[in-house]
Amino acid sequence: MLDLPTIWAGLLALVILIYVILDGFDLGIGILYPLFHKGEERDTVMNTVAPVWDGNETWLVLGGGGLLAAFPLAYAIIMPALYAPILAMLIGLIFRGVSFEFRWRDPAHEKIWDAYFFGGSLLATFSQGIVLGAFVQGMEVEGRAYSGGWFDWLSPFSLFTGLSLVFGYAFLGALWLIMKTEGGLRDRLYKMSLPLMLMVFFLTGVVSLWTPFLSPEIYARWFEMPTLLYLSPVPIIAALLAWRIYVNLKRRNDYRPFPIALGLFVLSYMGLGISIFPYVVPRAITVAQAAAPDSSLGFMLIGAVIFLPLIFIYTGYSYWIFRGKIKPGEGYH
Amino acid sequence: MDSVDTAALMLARLQFAWTIGVHILFPSFTIGLASYLAVLEGLWLKTGKQVYIRLFKYWIKIFAVVFAMGVVSGIVMSYEFGTNWSVFSDKTGPILGPLLAYEVLSAFFLEAGFLGIMLFGLTKVGKKLHFMATLMVAIGTFFSAFWILSANSWMQTPAGYSINDAGQFVPEDWLKIVFNPSFPYRLAHMVTAAYLTTAFVVGGVGAWHLLRDKTCVGAKVMFSMAMWMAAIVAPAQIFIGDIHGLNTLKYQPAKVAAMEGHFETQKGAPLILFGIPDMEAEETKYAIEIPKLGSLILTHHLDGEIIGLKAFPKEDRPNALIVFWAFRIMVGLGTLMAMIGLFSLWLRWRKTLYSAQLFHKIAVWMAPSGFIAVIAGWTVTEVGRQPFTVYGLLRTSQSISPVDAPAIATSLAVFVLVYFVVFGFGIYYILKMMKAAPTPGQSPMASEHPIGLDSVISTQASKEEH
Ligand code: HDD
Ligand code: HEM
Ligand code: HEM
Repeated sequence: MLDLPTIWAGLLALVILIYVILDGFDLGIGILYPLFHKGEERDTVMNTVAPVWDGNETWLVLGGGGLLAAFPLAYAIIMPALYAPILAMLIGLIFRGVSFEFRWRDPAHEKIWDAYFFGGSLLATFSQGIVLGAFVQGMEVEGRAYSGGWFDWLSPFSLFTGLSLVFGYAFLGALWLIMKTEGGLRDRLYKMSLPLMLMVFFLTGVVSLWTPFLSPEIYARWFEMPTLLYLSPVPIIAALLAWRIYVNLKRRNDYRPFPIALGLFVLSYMGLGISIFPYVVPRAITVAQAAAPDSSLGFMLIGAVIFLPLIFIYTGYSYWIFRGKIKPGEGYH
Repeated sequence: MDSVDTAALMLARLQFAWTIGVHILFPSFTIGLASYLAVLEGLWLKTGKQVYIRLFKYWIKIFAVVFAMGVVSGIVMSYEFGTNWSVFSDKTGPILGPLLAYEVLSAFFLEAGFLGIMLFGLTKVGKKLHFMATLMVAIGTFFSAFWILSANSWMQTPAGYSINDAGQFVPEDWLKIVFNPSFPYRLAHMVTAAYLTTAFVVGGVGAWHLLRDKTCVGAKVMFSMAMWMAAIVAPAQIFIGDIHGLNTLKYQPAKVAAMEGHFETQKGAPLILFGIPDMEAEETKYAIEIPKLGSLILTHHLDGEIIGLKAFPKEDRPNALIVFWAFRIMVGLGTLMAMIGLFSLWLRWRKTLYSAQLFHKIAVWMAPSGFIAVIAGWTVTEVGRQPFTVYGLLRTSQSISPVDAPAIATSLAVFVLVYFVVFGFGIYYILKMMKAAPTPGQSPMASEHPIGLDSVISTQASKEEH
């Protein structure tokens, strides 16, 4: 059963998960940005991600490139179907990406680039959430092409997933900052984390309950007997993780909540996977149908096996170098 | 797709040309600048001279801004294949996809992973490790060019593939695909182009500061290094360009016919210097020509035969007017660059390199020449490949997504607007940074960017000769 297409489906899922987690917290910082004081505090906050954001975003490029390479048919259907939200995401990423550099170069307009940093992060995140929701919902396919309309992606469900992702990323961003900052700034982050967590918990709950009702097929998947048995611990584990986050926030343990929250993300992500597999275009095209020939997948697998471990090593090294708290105003001088 | 929406097609092409044309400007500069930074840091480590680290610090801030723009405009490219060219993506994905995936795995991660250390890490990791990070970024930009040019070259000269039932190109022999016939030439020519582009920017900035202060040590070093580069690499580029052209003649004769403005197939063809190729009338009007030289250059025989555009069906011809003129702009600039490089050797010998004001003024004017030549060169390559996306096999009109014209028009308008605003500001900031003199104590911007080099500089700046 472990053929090349399945391996690549798994690898791509992993790549996207890594993207969501890594860029999740740095987009989240952008979303929370207006809540920080202008000047020094914002400098500090931005400096917590400045050395790593580019690497984080590269996982998105790998996701896109990997989809094109491994499942070209799926890429060719999904991209036109999600034309508008993808365009919006790209525009958001442009504004946010250049703000990292531009705000230091132009003190007179720092506020404007701060605003773009916030707006770009918010737009990119919201669009990604919409992409996610619209994708799970499925799209019309005829032959080897998308056959729906321009606005098929727009639905209450996709708007809701957009909103959920905004809060999800903001939550991750807050927990990341708790690890990286001190003093009054950290105190405020502790205060905002709790309501954020409750909000995230509520929104994810609604999305989880809503998803099975999108299609009878997903419904059957979730509430059929063997699956139901495997899945029943999922909400329990989720509640347990949330409890651990709560306890650690209360104890003001700076370094625990973030990794536990990542667990929460992994859990919801697995739930999505269950709703979707074995499709790459939900309920229209399967992994096997869209897969590139084995000669493509095999060639790429060699690259992945060689390079992914290297990437993990030097990315980890980079995070390690920039570990620990950032002192306000100190930056990396 | 049976009926092709011509408006949508035109808009999608325009959008691709605009977004890739803007994107390519940034890599052209960062590929060269990353290597230049590595050289500067290496020289500093070896000689301990303060000018080198000062120049490093000067250019790395500019590098950071250009790099950020390269990244965000590049991400657009990787999704645009799917949004606007979905049929193309479906058909070529099994071949181009893995090449792009290798680019991400071997190049983009390397660049991004070490960029953080390069920009922020000098005080955290020590000099040697920091130098290694700079090297990794430079190597990353080269790998990036390697893979993307392999992909592009495969579209120009497809090899090592077969076509399956679904109409997809599928790989048969990866070595043949990666090292397809035009790839080595295109890689050499593009990387050289990036080095030249950077050399002329660095030289222009050096010259600008020399015009203000002849004694500025930083400006002297910059200018001198750039002129060495120009003197050696610009003539080499003409040579590489020539053999690249011969390769094109072998695989894409219609493109060369368009470059040369030849409509008739003839023996002992002239070299048309200037003229106006007219696709309708099938002739190059007002041609100024040198007899026989065309055949001599392309076939290395006075009476060699050169194929003209009329040998190809009308619907298979690229637009000769654009290709012809873009080619002349590139070659003209290349020749100018080589002349400037050679002249700098003469000035150096006369010991007037740092005081020749007219020469400095010319160098300032030449600063953007690399960018113009790169755009012109890519126009030759891409417009000359038309009307195909995969040469001879897949037509551009059969590559496009089933997306309606208004959607593409909207996204095109958004990209034009956003790029003008965002990259306009970026270029303005770069110019502002370049305006600051590369002298000690001069900070290019009022607000200090947290590049962890300042402490290293300031501890030693007092010993500085200038
Ligand atoms: C600094 C930039 C620069 C300079 C000075 C030159 N070129 Fe160039 N040229 C490029 C930058 C470039 C480029 C942008 O990098 C292209 C586009 C695709 C490629 O591989 O290189 C290119 C393409 C290109 C092609 C098209 C090949 C094809 O599409 O198949 C030819 C024939 C030449 N060049 C020839 C020359 C000659 C004879 C030059 C002599 C003066 C020259 N180039 C100078
Ligand atoms: C791997 C690299 C590249 C790929 C895969 C690629 C692919 C394509 C595709 C699919 C098109 C659309 C067909 C069309 O519009 O005619 C196109 C057109 C074009 N590309 Fe490229 N391209 C690459 C590199 C570049 C670069 C670096 C430039 C630099 C400026 C460039 C310039 C253009 C231009 C100007 C057009 C429009 C030509 C026309 O429509 O007449 N391309 N390319
Ligand atoms: C000759 C053509 C090209 C060259 C030499 C080139 C090279 C580069 C380089 C060196 C970078 C690093 C960022 C920078 O230095 O500015 C970059 C960024 C990028 N390029 Fe291009 N590129 C080319 C065309 C394309 C095309 C056609 C695509 C579309 C598939 C593309 C996709 C990207 C992406 C996604 C990034 C961002 C990577 C990151 O996050 O670091 N490039 N490119």
